[in-house]
Amino acid sequence: MIRGLVNKIIPFSSVDGPGNRTAIFLQGCNFNCIYCHNPETINICINCGICIEVCPSQCLHMENGIVRWDKGKCVGCDSCLKACKSCSSPKISHMTVEDVLKAIQNVRPFITGITISGGECMLQKEFVTELCEEAKKIGLTAFIDSNGSIPFYGDDRLITAIDMVMLDVKSFDKEEHKMLTGQDNEVVLKNMEYLAYISKLYEIRTVVVPDVLNNERNVDMASKRLAELDPSIKYKLIKYRPIGVRTDMIKSSMPTDDMMTKLKDIAVKNGCKDVVVI
Amino acid sequence: MDDILKIIKDTSLTYEQKVLALAKAAENSIKPLKIDEETQKYREAGVICDLNEGSAPYRPRYIVPDYEVFLKNGSKFLGLEPPRNIWEAVNSLLILYKHVPSITSFPVYLGNIDTILDRFIEDEEEAYQAIKLFLLHIDRTITDSFCHANIGPEDTKAGRLILKASRELNTSIPNLTLKYSKNTPDDLVLDSINTALITAKPSFANHEMFAGELGEDYAIASCYNGLPIGGGNFTLVRLNMGKLAPMAKDTEDFINNLLPDAVEKMAGYMDERIKFLMEESGYFESSFLVKEGLISADRFTSMFGMVGLADAVNHLLGAKELRDRFGHSKEANDLGVRIIEKLEEEVNKHHNPYCKFSDGKFLLHAQVGIDTDKNISPGCRIPIGEEPEIWDHLKHCALFHKYFPTGIGDIFRFDSTVKRNPQYVLDIMKGAMNLGVRYISFYTSDSDVVRITGYLVKRSDMEKLERGEQVLNGAAVLGLGAVKNQHVLDRKERKDD
Repeated sequence: MIRGLVNKIIPFSSVDGPGNRTAIFLQGCNFNCIYCHNPETINICINCGICIEVCPSQCLHMENGIVRWDKGKCVGCDSCLKACKSCSSPKISHMTVEDVLKAIQNVRPFITGITISGGECMLQKEFVTELCEEAKKIGLTAFIDSNGSIPFYGDDRLITAIDMVMLDVKSFDKEEHKMLTGQDNEVVLKNMEYLAYISKLYEIRTVVVPDVLNNERNVDMASKRLAELDPSIKYKLIKYRPIGVRTDMIKSSMPTDDMMTKLKDIAVKNGCKDVVVI
Repeated sequence: MDDILKIIKDTSLTYEQKVLALAKAAENSIKPLKIDEETQKYREAGVICDLNEGSAPYRPRYIVPDYEVFLKNGSKFLGLEPPRNIWEAVNSLLILYKHVPSITSFPVYLGNIDTILDRFIEDEEEAYQAIKLFLLHIDRTITDSFCHANIGPEDTKAGRLILKASRELNTSIPNLTLKYSKNTPDDLVLDSINTALITAKPSFANHEMFAGELGEDYAIASCYNGLPIGGGNFTLVRLNMGKLAPMAKDTEDFINNLLPDAVEKMAGYMDERIKFLMEESGYFESSFLVKEGLISADRFTSMFGMVGLADAVNHLLGAKELRDRFGHSKEANDLGVRIIEKLEEEVNKHHNPYCKFSDGKFLLHAQVGIDTDKNISPGCRIPIGEEPEIWDHLKHCALFHKYFPTGIGDIFRFDSTVKRNPQYVLDIMKGAMNLGVRYISFYTSDSDVVRITGYLVKRSDMEKLERGEQVLNGAAVLGLGAVKNQHVLDRKERKDD
């Protein structure tokens, strides 16, 4: 049976799509964004064991060369994540779809759906597809939160299984995107077009990063295209926040409210009807 | 007489508050009720408590007039013709409110104010002006947080205007409930949630549950009390389980001996209070509300209150660790249910000839506590500071809410970021109602109006009071007491984590 690498499950989330949703964060990402605020989700654990030494509650131990985590003993101090040199976490669960559904069972009456996020969840596309199919069978909606690097097009089973996608458009410029994430944005933009065309694009998001990105150009270009595709699709402008980031990789600061308002105005002027600043 | 002089000299009381306190002191200076020795012992131990209702009941505790009758007929006693437009309607209602007593001397029920006003709406802008002034007038003259208005379950223009005005006025009075049924449109519920996230009201009542038990003509009055329209509640006395449990040898002794005995004594005390009200006070023979058909004695019941279930359960089980305590362990929760089932069984054995609405029975009520309670948790609530995650908490609520037709409710405080996603609260609320939660309230951490235990008080009013300044709302002092003794501002903040 296929297993997913799950970083964590947040039973009630108010910020991962419409209504109350269980957010399932998968481990592993193919981007290495310089502003990543949860870098511990990027790589798979290499079982080096550094984290075991720093854990104050002795909830980690080595077993046959593999780092094991005792959830019951964990105090959630995240010392292990701070010590990790591989941008990973020892607190990953290998879960079957059934395991995830079981974890959701307790909150089922209060949620409207699930949102699978990451890392980059589309790296585990088969698991994602199966989980969405099963979630829908119990009346939940299935949303995907993606960096857009893996094609949604050409996979009918996946597309049937999911309801909506929340897509990062981190930069509209190919080179800038590469500088920011390590990869170009060709597939991202194709996904944006495709998902909007089939009415499965819930929102696109751009993080505004002063001094690092050409924010004005990105918002201008992305909002223009989005408005052409469907002006009612939500465009979320997210303030860069220097929390949890690798400070050796980025020198920036939180954008001012003024700056965000100006960017929002650009998107509205370009025809986007639902622009949100957070 | 020292007490009287103290009231007279108290500069933190407004003139009106002094008059009411003096009236209470006068009432308490006579003791016409016959109370047997054993009942008196329970009273002195705080096991049986009449919530300071007074020693000579001269009006029912809660009066729930049929405002439809009033608007249709006007009032001969008040010299009012039936209103013909929105201005006359709100004016007539405001006049009538001044003549609807209750235990606090202020009305505890103002009507299903959306449906009773909706028919008068011709011009929406004008109606909004009238409704906003109406609500402002209520806040400034019915200076008591136990005054409660209802809206829903249907969507009306008036209901929307009431919500809009409530958001703008941001007052603690009146308390407000949306009767929520499965047919209530989501859009109205979302409008209500958006309002609650700003001003801590409305709360949400499970219409199907209340209507199933009390009939369609029910009202939510005072804190969250389900009562028949055109009637009300004679008296509310409470049984403090937290104080009764330490008198028991063990769990079996509590359930089989002490609880039945305390129920019997308390029911007898309630009988005595009702008897005096009905046979001596002359209220029902003299009130124009009765004569004009706004209330009738056969639409009255009485509320058998209880508090401190968590404290009783934890004591009986000797539960010290959180995982063993009420709200966390299955054993503790099961014992809680067993106690409440036994309570219901014992209360149902009693017959009172005057409680005609409920076929002679008293109806259970989960009392929210009083300002002076210390280490006693309201009704069947999990104590503040021990709240589990919200999904487990709501399931726990559902275990108990079905036993309390005259009211039980739980309160949840959200991080203010949920304002961006009211649908989130809607999902939680609907899930809760589907599981059998009867009544639920929300507010956000940044709200000036806060829900104390069932009623609303402004933080800013409590701050004034603490500085020794007068405040208009007489319930602010109760709120301040509850903040100090029951830590109501420390309710667990619910946020994504």
